Amino acid sequence: MSASGTRPSAAVQFVTRLFHQPYVWAIVALLLLLVVNLTKNPAYLGVSVNAATGNLSGNVIDILRASAPIMMIAVGMTLVIATRGIDLSVGSVMAVAGAVSMEFMNTTGTGSFGTAAVAVLLALGISALLGTLNGILVSIVGLQPFITTLVMMLAGRGLAKVITSGQNTSATNEPFRWIANGTVLGFPVVFVIAVLIVAILAVLVRRTALGLMIESIGINPKAARMAGIRPVGILISVYIVSAVLAGVAGIFSTASVMTVEVSKTGMTAEMDAILAVVIGGTSLAGGKFSLTGSVIGALLIATLDKTIVYMSIPSSATPAFKAVVIVIICLLQSPRVRSMFNRRKTRVTSTRKEAVSA
Amino acid sequence: MTLTQLERPAAPSLLSRMKPNLETLPTLAAVAIFVAMLIYGEIAYGRIVAFSTISNLLINNAYLIILAVGLTFVILTGGIDLSVGAVIAISSLVGVMLANAGWNPLVVFVLMILIGSLFGVASGVLIQYFNVQPFIATLAMMFLARGLASILSTTPQRLDDDSAIRTLATPWKVYDGPKIDDLITTPNVLIAALVVIVAFFLLHRTRFGRTVYAIGGSEQSALLMGLPVVRTKLAIYVISGTLAGLAAVVYTSKLGIAQNITGVGWELDAIAAVIIGGTLLTGGAGFVLGSVIGALVLGLMNVLITRDGSIPPEATTIITGGILLAFVLLQRFVVSRKRKT
Repeated sequence: MSASGTRPSAAVQFVTRLFHQPYVWAIVALLLLLVVNLTKNPAYLGVSVNAATGNLSGNVIDILRASAPIMMIAVGMTLVIATRGIDLSVGSVMAVAGAVSMEFMNTTGTGSFGTAAVAVLLALGISALLGTLNGILVSIVGLQPFITTLVMMLAGRGLAKVITSGQNTSATNEPFRWIANGTVLGFPVVFVIAVLIVAILAVLVRRTALGLMIESIGINPKAARMAGIRPVGILISVYIVSAVLAGVAGIFSTASVMTVEVSKTGMTAEMDAILAVVIGGTSLAGGKFSLTGSVIGALLIATLDKTIVYMSIPSSATPAFKAVVIVIICLLQSPRVRSMFNRRKTRVTSTRKEAVSA
Repeated sequence: MTLTQLERPAAPSLLSRMKPNLETLPTLAAVAIFVAMLIYGEIAYGRIVAFSTISNLLINNAYLIILAVGLTFVILTGGIDLSVGAVIAISSLVGVMLANAGWNPLVVFVLMILIGSLFGVASGVLIQYFNVQPFIATLAMMFLARGLASILSTTPQRLDDDSAIRTLATPWKVYDGPKIDDLITTPNVLIAALVVIVAFFLLHRTRFGRTVYAIGGSEQSALLMGLPVVRTKLAIYVISGTLAGLAAVVYTSKLGIAQNITGVGWELDAIAAVIIGGTLLTGGAGFVLGSVIGALVLGLMNVLITRDGSIPPEATTIITGGILLAFVLLQRFVVSRKRKT
């Protein structure tokens, strides 16, 4: 592996490697969206620094802030999908986490840091519990992930409503609010926390054998078991991670308005997460995953959301644009379209050869 | 006479077909639960086993029955269609807007159903020709339909009171019971019944139906047997989409209001109805009539919860989830028993 003089430079290598990544189309789409925004307002990408507080502000910062919850659920979903599963319950778990924390802070009523910490722990705890239930049903009982998490999606939404007795509960607590509205080194806290969590997870699955084990279960659970991997433990922990990250996302999205809307918080969040994962190049068939891709997917979705608002299109129309993105990306990844491209390429080269020989 | 008997093997009698075996166990369980719910409701709240309640159950759930029948086809092949709820939203919105603009009601009906078919064709082509997973393809169609509906209008659109579309919901008194306890039906219920009969015939009596079951059992084998897998799979998504369009007609004529958020989560209700009715989510086994029972179980559950009053309506989805889980566990048990034998 020694560097020889004939090898292309590192930069070229990096670019060619990037073009072989499945998420290259997501990056292209992301850049396209930014260009669309730039045509509307040439100063779109401008980031200003507030001299007094040192906070950064601007559209890009808004996108980073909005991408944090999507990033959380997308990364959790990536691990679940890598085991050939799916977690449809993330949106409901978000609502449950939000409901628990808001209800707790509403009844205790104190705006102290301690209350906020307990609220966060409670929210994460109940999320972990729901995740454990999912994991046990999938791994030990052997139910299909789709139906298990569908049940949890229905039941979780109901649970959130029961916790707050069907009301949209609000609370006041400055430390909790800071999670969504505060800044660290000028960046939004939510984004910093999200990046930290993703980094820790990435180290955990990519620097240890854990990631390989997850992938091997996705490729062939039986073979994985024969090779000495215990699928039960890994499956349960994957669903717990997904649910806890959904809990974090729930805290993020309720903290910014300090209100949980039991029938709206996290609604269709599972769809956003799946979309981000698919955009990032993780196959729904399992066995292969890319955390980087999912993060880029989450960024793309956040940018898409913001762009639609920026273009003054009603935000309820967003799903139509997401659908167009999914269809295009699925078509680009489909074997039929790929072979069509390849055929054209070979035809071009063969005609060139003929020209040379003639 | 005896000759014909010798030539043809005795067809299995209706009784032997009804006899409980592992395959019909989930469906029979659904029937048992439905009857148990009826009896419990009658004892606890009264006036459940009454013409009016049963008529209303059918009238209010006609759309769900139609959706569940459509999804039965899809789930039997091992696929899924998440787009049905959103298709109802756009189809009913377009229908109401066109009808209010003075279009011929018949043209509006046809258009509403065709919108459903169109989304079905799109899902089917994505799945069959571009190897997109059914889950993702129908998710995309769900987003597309919901988004397009939102672009059309975000406010509730009310159907004119004198619109001809409302005639589909005119109550017909079939049997005049004491006081208000009448057996009522509407054209909508008859449409649903017709859909069930046609679907039953298609699935259990035609080559197409056999192919659907064969694909669900093993797509590879079906392909190797030379069955028209591509055509059939395309057709079932078109059927599901078309029936979603029809459900939109039924729902709109009954309620008279269409909105871009109509039908959020109905795909889950329909999937729940199909699963409760005994169709395996992995495909290959199940019955149309089971899905009808599943839809009625969900509908009756709502009636009982409303009558009870002490159960908070928020808990409805928890109960739905619980029932669904119980039935999935039952399926799991059945499948594992089958493998052993």
